[in-house]
Amino acid sequence: MSGPSTYQPRPGVMKWLEDRLPIVGLVHSSFIAFPTPRNLNYWWTFGVILSMMLVIQIITGVVLAMHYTPHVDFAFTSVEALVRDVNFGWLLRNTHAAGASMFFIAVYIHMFRGLYYGSYKEPREVLWILGVIIYLLMMATGFMGYVLPWGQMSFWGATVITNLFSAIPIVGDSIVTLLWGGYSVGNPTLNRFYSLHYLLPFLIVGVVILHVWAVHVTGQNNPAGVEPKTEKDMVPFTPYATMKDLFAASVFLIFFSWFIFYMPNYLGDAENYVQANPGVTPPHIVPEWYYLPFYAILRSIPNKLLGVVAMFGAIIVLLFLPWLDSMKVRSSRYRPLGKRFFWAFVVVCILLGWLGGKPAEGIYTILARFLTAAYFAYFLIVLPLLSRMEKTLPLPNSISDDVLSKSDSSLGKTVASIAVVLGLAGTLVMGGLQNAKAATEENIPASQQWSFAGPFGKYDRAQLQRGFKIYKEVCSACHSLKLLAYRNLADPGGPSFTPEQAAAVAAEATVKDGPNDAGDMFDRPGRVADRFVSPFPNEMAARAANGGAAPPDLSLMAKARSYERGFPQFVFDFFTQFQEQGPNYIAALLQGFEDTPPEGFTLPDGSYYNKYFPGHSIKMPPPLSEGQVTFDDGSPQTLAQYANDVSAFLMWAAEPHLEARKRLGLQVMIFLLILSGLLYFTKQRIWADAH
Amino acid sequence: MTTEASSDPTRRDFLYIATGAVAAVGAAATVWPLVAQMNPDASTIAAGAPIQVDLAPIASGQDIKVFWRGKPIYIMNRTAKQVEEARAVELSSLPDPATDQDRTKEGHEQWLVVIGICTHLGCIPIAHEGKYDGFFCPCHGSQYDSSGRIRQGPAPANLPVPPYQFVSDSKIQIG
Ligand code: FES
Repeated sequence: MSGPSTYQPRPGVMKWLEDRLPIVGLVHSSFIAFPTPRNLNYWWTFGVILSMMLVIQIITGVVLAMHYTPHVDFAFTSVEALVRDVNFGWLLRNTHAAGASMFFIAVYIHMFRGLYYGSYKEPREVLWILGVIIYLLMMATGFMGYVLPWGQMSFWGATVITNLFSAIPIVGDSIVTLLWGGYSVGNPTLNRFYSLHYLLPFLIVGVVILHVWAVHVTGQNNPAGVEPKTEKDMVPFTPYATMKDLFAASVFLIFFSWFIFYMPNYLGDAENYVQANPGVTPPHIVPEWYYLPFYAILRSIPNKLLGVVAMFGAIIVLLFLPWLDSMKVRSSRYRPLGKRFFWAFVVVCILLGWLGGKPAEGIYTILARFLTAAYFAYFLIVLPLLSRMEKTLPLPNSISDDVLSKSDSSLGKTVASIAVVLGLAGTLVMGGLQNAKAATEENIPASQQWSFAGPFGKYDRAQLQRGFKIYKEVCSACHSLKLLAYRNLADPGGPSFTPEQAAAVAAEATVKDGPNDAGDMFDRPGRVADRFVSPFPNEMAARAANGGAAPPDLSLMAKARSYERGFPQFVFDFFTQFQEQGPNYIAALLQGFEDTPPEGFTLPDGSYYNKYFPGHSIKMPPPLSEGQVTFDDGSPQTLAQYANDVSAFLMWAAEPHLEARKRLGLQVMIFLLILSGLLYFTKQRIWADAH
Repeated sequence: MTTEASSDPTRRDFLYIATGAVAAVGAAATVWPLVAQMNPDASTIAAGAPIQVDLAPIASGQDIKVFWRGKPIYIMNRTAKQVEEARAVELSSLPDPATDQDRTKEGHEQWLVVIGICTHLGCIPIAHEGKYDGFFCPCHGSQYDSSGRIRQGPAPANLPVPPYQFVSDSKIQIG
């Protein structure tokens, strides 16, 4: 994107076009002939990975928008309908949702790389500032996107974040009202967030183009931090950097696919599978992991306005980094002190992320204050002082010298350090989240053996059929299953009833339809296309009939309930693909009733004691007892069997495409492994010529 | 490895071709879900199941319009005169020749069931209008007769007959 192009079009159409619009020449000089320092390591591949993530997010986002309804009454169900009914809807949604996290993982690595190697220093200040702007836009986009599914966390996240602006003196409240378009977060808020969530990515594209332009003007920084001197220091972008980037992107996709196909709920909050309820705040409001360090800074300061100022200041300070750190030596490799402080800063950020997920109390608040001070001290005290005092190591003469001095491949080292950093960060942050959810000393449900667990998990058809029988004969008296249609009973990957059996189940239900020609509503037998008929006409009726507590809808129950797994269990969970908190909890709850509450526990009237229910006092009487439901297949008619069967059935109800997901996941994983292998060898061959 | 690579061009070519081919397969496979999601989703397909229509309330000479898969379906209880007119036409004089017998069900000759979408550009023709005692499309003036066949105007084909059968004398199932 800078300098005259070396592109020589062949006479003919290409020459004709080039004389009128030199676009091919532009691409040629920017992405093919563009000279790249030959000593770049794998940390430099994240620029291309980020571009890939941006494209993936935009494409999946545009597609999701074709199926989404931005209305408070329909948003939640339209997302679920998308996941359940649209061809590959589950894949598109998982990709977009996990994609947001991958985008932030990549951007944080990219930013820390810039910080370590001094990529923000003269003459790359504008490049860096554009990057910070992209990061800010990403934060805004991510936040508004998280609101769209209209779950509990969406709603309360929107409430808390928009209320940050109320800290502004005098005009704060008016600004918040303006943001909401009402007196609280509501339909106008959802609509405008949808509009902006669609707009902002294209602004990001615009700033990314400027960012890329800037890097093509100044040239890339490199691990040695010395400017290129001769031709020998450089290689053309294509094929050298291209192949390396493609290989890295392919490996990154493997990591990404692990979440899409096997751990779609690992990074999300179970609470967001409960539809937004403006009347009930979840016990722990936790933002998405990528905001946690800033959330910790916000909460560490006891003054509302100052907290908000500190939070935004933590990002704004990055804009001034090129002038705060005026040390001429760029790369921390040659800054013994700078390097140590850099790693200390990384630890501070990770610890802040961990604290952001912890409850804001006691020792955590004190720690958060200390770390907030450390965060700002790094930028405002440490870097300016070091720029004046630090004694740096001798720099290599040129990039080629740097390459020659350490010809061993940096791949192993990079991969190892990425793994260590990601592992550490993930461990702490997820650990913090887990802890925030651990309200009090709860009983942890026992882990059951589920046929659908693990990479090759499949539902046990007979178990789903038994579970459905229990739902139909027992649970359905009070609990709705609104997101399921009768036709789903015959869907592949489900209980595999025959279409006739599904039609018979549907026909037993009475559906209100109409109005008919006379304008009257009328009852008709259900059809397979109908959704499950609810036992009560509306929530008020359900509440009135059940002593004031409406029995919750069970469609998503198996994903909407979770519990902390504790350290280090949740680290192993990432590798064992453990996703079965929901069914474990339901099975435990159904068996967790106790006739007499423990000593000193006062049970409110009309409530029952349950070991696993949060707070232990539940309005639901023990629903199942031995022998209550008759099984035709000879399975034991015990409470434990009932509990497991109905939990498995509810897991299927919540995740009807689980089998398709895992099946496709295996194919994608095998494909990506082959592709990455091929790209690696191709890259090796190409680089062999360059050495 | 360096020298081996450059001295063995065929092996290198093979590696490049294999990598390119695998990447191309991956790209093509990625496009598939993005296109497939545009097809009707499961709930739309389920909602397009056959429907039953009671014919009892439709008097001779009257018609009703029902919707099936989002399309208007005309169910017309034709008078004896309309049936006669429809059967008297010379087939060779029709732009899209078809007998009235083929377009109705034997034993239920008075019932005409057609999809009420003009075959020109998709407007809904008006029943009991036009010169042929059938349908008239107001958009560009296509005239259909009492068997729903195109007689005059820009439309190229007859109004299509949807799949249907008589469940009883006074009930049909469409679809
Ligand atoms: S659409 Fe009916 S005549 Fe053109």
